[in-house]
Amino acid sequence: MQITDETIEYVGILAKLELSDEEKEQAKKDMSNMLQYVGKLNELDTEGVEPMSHTFSVHNVFREDVVTNGDDRENMLKNAPEQKEGAYKVPKTFE
Amino acid sequence: MDLNLTAVELGKKIKNKEISVVEATSAYLDSIEAKEKEINAFVTIDREGALKRAEEVQGLIDAGKVTGPLAGVPVAIKDNMCIDGMLTTCSSKILSNFKPTFTATAVEKLQAAGAVIVGKTNMDEFAMGSTTETSFYGETKNPWDLARVPGGSSGGSAAAVAAEEVPYALGSDTGGSIRQPAGFCGVTGMKPTYGRVSRYGLIAYGSSLDQIGPIAKDVTDCAAILEAISGKDDKDSTSVKETGDDFMAALTDDVKGLRIGIPRDYFGEGLDAEVKAAVMAAAKVLEEKGAEVEEFDLSLVEYAIPAYYIIASAEASSNLERFDGVKYGYRTAEFTDLHNMYKKTRSEGFGPEVKRRIMLGSFVLSSGYFDAYYMKALRTKALIKQAFDRAFEKYDVILGPVAPTTALKLGESLSDPIKMYLGDVYTVSVNLAGLPGISLPCGYDSNGLPIGLQLLARHFDEKSIIRAAYAFEQSREYKRPAFAVERGL
Amino acid sequence: MSKVYETVIGLEVHVELATKTKIFCGCSTAFGGAPNTHTCPVCTGMPGSLPVLNKEVVNKAIAVGLATNCTITRNCKFDRKNYFYPDNPQNYQISQLYYPICRDGKVEIEVEGKKKYIGIHEIHMEEDAGKLIHDAYTDSSLVDFNRSGVPLIEIVSEPDMRSADEVIAYLDKLRTTIQYLGASDCKLNEGSMRADVNLSIREVGAEEYGTRTEMKNLNSFKAIARAIENERERQIDLLEAGKEVVQETRRWDDTKEYSYAMRSKEDAQDYRYFPDPDLVPIVISDEWLEEIRGKQPEFREEKKARYQEEYGLPEYDADILTGTKKLADIFEETIALNANPKKVSNWLMVETMRLLKEKEMEPEDITFSAANLAKLIQLTDDQAINSTVAKEVFEKIFAEDIDPAQYVEEKGLKTVNDEGALRATIEQVIADNPQSVADYRNGKEKAIGFLVGQTMKAMKGKANPGMVNQILKELL
Repeated sequence: MQITDETIEYVGILAKLELSDEEKEQAKKDMSNMLQYVGKLNELDTEGVEPMSHTFSVHNVFREDVVTNGDDRENMLKNAPEQKEGAYKVPKTFE
Repeated sequence: MDLNLTAVELGKKIKNKEISVVEATSAYLDSIEAKEKEINAFVTIDREGALKRAEEVQGLIDAGKVTGPLAGVPVAIKDNMCIDGMLTTCSSKILSNFKPTFTATAVEKLQAAGAVIVGKTNMDEFAMGSTTETSFYGETKNPWDLARVPGGSSGGSAAAVAAEEVPYALGSDTGGSIRQPAGFCGVTGMKPTYGRVSRYGLIAYGSSLDQIGPIAKDVTDCAAILEAISGKDDKDSTSVKETGDDFMAALTDDVKGLRIGIPRDYFGEGLDAEVKAAVMAAAKVLEEKGAEVEEFDLSLVEYAIPAYYIIASAEASSNLERFDGVKYGYRTAEFTDLHNMYKKTRSEGFGPEVKRRIMLGSFVLSSGYFDAYYMKALRTKALIKQAFDRAFEKYDVILGPVAPTTALKLGESLSDPIKMYLGDVYTVSVNLAGLPGISLPCGYDSNGLPIGLQLLARHFDEKSIIRAAYAFEQSREYKRPAFAVERGL
Repeated sequence: MSKVYETVIGLEVHVELATKTKIFCGCSTAFGGAPNTHTCPVCTGMPGSLPVLNKEVVNKAIAVGLATNCTITRNCKFDRKNYFYPDNPQNYQISQLYYPICRDGKVEIEVEGKKKYIGIHEIHMEEDAGKLIHDAYTDSSLVDFNRSGVPLIEIVSEPDMRSADEVIAYLDKLRTTIQYLGASDCKLNEGSMRADVNLSIREVGAEEYGTRTEMKNLNSFKAIARAIENERERQIDLLEAGKEVVQETRRWDDTKEYSYAMRSKEDAQDYRYFPDPDLVPIVISDEWLEEIRGKQPEFREEKKARYQEEYGLPEYDADILTGTKKLADIFEETIALNANPKKVSNWLMVETMRLLKEKEMEPEDITFSAANLAKLIQLTDDQAINSTVAKEVFEKIFAEDIDPAQYVEEKGLKTVNDEGALRATIEQVIADNPQSVADYRNGKEKAIGFLVGQTMKAMKGKANPGMVNQILKELL
């Protein structure tokens, strides 16, 4: 499968990655090669095979509805690149 | 102090008061200091914290409060496992300043067993790689030949154990990341069954494939470490309560009647002749000890890598979305608006291999391609699991190589990603099928580099591989890495 | 001749479930904490953290599904919905796409006497996002993750509604049903119930649906009605002008009464859903379903019928009383304290409704207790207070939930039943009003009313009206 500039641009928007022109060319090449390679799976007949997310049959893992966490705000905010008044500060999201 | 002791041997000496916890810890810290310039196995070394902790643990041992085989033994932790207050980077720039507020369950369990953490080990960035060359903090070198890679992604952990910087370490394995570096570095590494060890606190790469496990000098250590870290964790929905977790009970040197299958399809094109010979010789040893050894066709081997790279990249693209410069980690210095901040932060914070996999993963999940790639890969995964199920109807253990070659030269594989991915041919299917596997040295090639043997078993039957691996280990000699021998370290 | 259009509406309704803790961690869901004080590594998306599902969320989602006649998915799973936004800490939301917990339901609504079913396509469980606060000083946004991870169900209807009235009837139906279940308080103004409107138009008789838009940010029934009317007009104008309706998400601004497209190059709307590998499937057994079915409460229709039959209430009253769970609860709790059902109904239907309207409150905002209403009714039954005083006391109960007995005692509002005191006052009233006395004696029966009023005034409203009448007649 040939990967176009538009595809790289589009995937960049989805993945929030901004590639330089050089990186874009490389990404086009890498992705084309990789998709061609993984295309090998098309040789396999998987008709009627149930997709498998987990290999075990574990199900129904729950917590009880009981408050177990206290306020650890100050500790967690230590990692924030920018904070203000107990909140994480980000570029504006309002129009 | 003899740095060549295994973790369990050191634990015994500590228990018998032949050596104190502080002495042992200092000795390894000194060893790290002496070797790190050349090996670069660590991202963080916590001398002060380790010595303080060593005193504390000595007190606990003296008071009879910790008594297990690992009490007082120093350990290194792969840098993708969270430790409260300790820098945890995943060898990435994007987490270059991140200090978790909690500790991974597996690490907590080691601490409860009296472990002394000396530092965090280097790895491929976010565990994406097979050489430890994609680390933002520089490549780790193989102690057997400093011009070669230690393997990856747990290359720091494997190299640190091989170089006797630490008696044992924790690694993580998504597609071979414990087994392959253990093989390249001549040490023993074990990937437990998916669900055996809690993933809580392990910074995810491919969540359905990731598993934490031990890297140590021998099978006994691996069994002891696995006993300490395994078990159901309420914080990880995918961790499982299973029996058969008295792993040390399988250290019997008895393989009579054990049925061992050797997949013919593992021994075809691409496998180095010396590796092949050493692995076949190991099978012979087990046969001579009473195991029933037989060749068979596993099938589907060539489909494991494509399925693996689709699934792992897709999960990674989602798992790594959280690194966005908002809550923790690196944020770009200048930006025009929110999305520009996201893009610059991520583009500057991630290295090329990580970006490559995020791009691939985002693409295969995107509208119009999901069924053709991701669902197809999950169906292939089901078929691969079935192939193993069929094999395990006949065999207790599957035996084969860990990697097609011994350790590659630095820089050799980075230029061609697909070539690098092909090196994972024997390991990734194990993660897809969720099986346990062990890698242990079974010989040396003409360059003096260690060759790894891989043993696999049914889900939650780690004991069968421990049994086989231990029996084999009894008949081979442990060699110290050239690096340590040459320098008289 | 101009074309006649039909409006086709489907709803996506988000309801916050009333659990104590969040969907995937043990943080409190309580409202109003300081920013980020109800957060942990899980709900702030810290690396290494993992979700573990709150069982109560599943219980409540199943309960809502059963109450809306859905088929419960016996083997359901969570998926990740990937999109970047600062209120979404992992930059993926854990939701359900492929195997939602409930499917193919329906609820009955009634508009102007006409009954109709609205189909429910599916109900799925998901986590709420955090809150963004605009910081004017720095022209940036502040993120508060207290709401991040609060459990939601999203109820997706079929495109079965044709008018704003039907939409509101449907929402009201969902709201009372969910409130009756105790699964949520469903307050639109506080965001515990949120509705996105999918709307398209087509010529009457057309088979195909038109292109739809999705309208967000609708915080009240009134806003919903206005937005529907506005969007209908906008789409008709476009079509009449020969233009096309664009499939897009629009945001309603209720103060300006118009909507605008929420579009940006960075918002590709390609969510890359895939099964969340951190969570395991939920397998729902017959036993589990039966357990929840067994706990389902009496719903509005059953209650309404019972109130008419058991308590002899008129249909209208029974309808109002069962219209919100809060009113029905107070009604039943007060009756349980031995109060007369008709009297309780009367207090709720008349005085309570008057005060709610006056104070622009919803029945859910009622704070007074059944106990104090029952005591008030007891005081009037005992003739300890008269009806005028009772209304005054009720206002106090409504506002502050005071104990009426104590209040009446403290304020000296008890009806005067002391004949001696009454007789003395009445004698004075007769002496002061000779004209009225003469009128009465000359056969003007009505004149006595004036004298009763004068007596009550002199007694500051506390006289027993029956006794006043009796003594007056006797003295005259």
